[in-house]
Amino acid sequence: MTQWSGYLGLILQGALVTIELTLMGSVLALIMAFLAGMGRVSRFFILRAIATTYIEFFRGTSIFVQLFWAYFVLPFAGLSLTPLQAGVLALGLNVGAYAAEVVRGAILSVGREQYEACTALNLGRWQGMRHVILPQALLVMLPTFGNNAIELLKATSVVSLISLADLTFQAQVVRSQTGSTLMPFLSVLIIYFALALIISWGVRTLERRMARGLDGVRV
Amino acid sequence: MPAPIIKVDAISKSFGTFKVLDGLSMQVMPGEKLALIGPSGSGKTTILRILMTLEKIDGGHIQVDGEQLYHMERNGQLLPADERHLARMRQKIGMVFQLFNLFPHKCVMDNVTLAPMLTKGVARAAAEKRAMELLDMVGLADKAKAMPAQLSGGQKQRVAIARALALSPKIMLFDEVTSALDPELVEEVLNVMRKLAAETDMTMLLVTHEMGFAHDFADRVLFFDRGRIVEEGKPDEIFRHPKQERTQSFLKKIIAAGHRV
Repeated sequence: MTQWSGYLGLILQGALVTIELTLMGSVLALIMAFLAGMGRVSRFFILRAIATTYIEFFRGTSIFVQLFWAYFVLPFAGLSLTPLQAGVLALGLNVGAYAAEVVRGAILSVGREQYEACTALNLGRWQGMRHVILPQALLVMLPTFGNNAIELLKATSVVSLISLADLTFQAQVVRSQTGSTLMPFLSVLIIYFALALIISWGVRTLERRMARGLDGVRV
Repeated sequence: MPAPIIKVDAISKSFGTFKVLDGLSMQVMPGEKLALIGPSGSGKTTILRILMTLEKIDGGHIQVDGEQLYHMERNGQLLPADERHLARMRQKIGMVFQLFNLFPHKCVMDNVTLAPMLTKGVARAAAEKRAMELLDMVGLADKAKAMPAQLSGGQKQRVAIARALALSPKIMLFDEVTSALDPELVEEVLNVMRKLAAETDMTMLLVTHEMGFAHDFADRVLFFDRGRIVEEGKPDEIFRHPKQERTQSFLKKIIAAGHRV
């Protein structure tokens, strides 16, 4: 059992890498989601075209392939990334493409009357977007963003394929060193699940806080 | 005689194959209080929305405060207005909507101060001072920190009026501002409008089904039907002695529906 606690340390180190990947990947995904999502509703054709191409490309190809490109193919173009950088890049761009559609949908879900109020108050397009539309759209985006973040967390396991020592990778290491299959895989199952729960809880808390005052009951 | 502040010249507007406005012309004098009445689909709301630049026109010209609304004069030529020109023209006009259109995520104070701070660069302190005066005028000084969802319909509409007034427009457009309200809340909004008419020389255009209010409030009443002004005149002429048969039948239906004239 004392021996097992040493292996557990390995797995926890892997968990740290997974958390790191999830956080950094989420930040990149969020940036891409807003850029591409707002690009999709832009009045400029070129921005719409760029955003649509990005979204369709990254939704239409596998995350494995994207990761391999980031890690194995980009060096040929003179851009060598560490496994962590390649992982964050592939995860962020991939999940960002899905989340961009969430941003777009949420922006469109804000009623026409809010846009008209902006016009009547002479707010510019960007002013209206920034102060009126996006704050309301954000509340619509949050639950799906939670889903996207959990998807991203689970997708981080693909980085074990480029030898990044994340949770899944460490589980394999422990399994091959101890010959025990159940313990390492049970541990990672529980840890992934716990991390997903934390994301769910965090998003729900944020949602509650942001919805405060909107329904006239909670203040 | 002063020049009209609004000059609408032969404008037309279609939604698909439905012609909402058909060569409509009208003039409004500075400070005039105008009531636009008529059956739904007659184009009376559309003309307000066109003046607020919420709808584009298909043909014709509009002059507001001596300047073209949808056109710019460049070297003696009339060109379609760009966004900068529209933004400058919008400063002259404010609008209050049937469904208030308050910003639900902002408190009453922020609803009122947002546009002056963003579009006119007013400092927060000055914007809030002005907002408090306006909220006081509409009787809601104590609700400055409330969220829109905590207010009744009548209160929301009074905030919406204060919000539009905060930009000090020369012309105010009221689009069926009491239609969505419970009957007992209508009067508090109408009172604010009466006060506004008495205390300011703003030009006011209102689309309404409150015939009694239109009668007392307006200097002139326009009766719309099928995209045209069928009849216009002083409230007494329109409500007591309508000349056109269509005006008569419309007023008869309205009275039958229980509205006071």
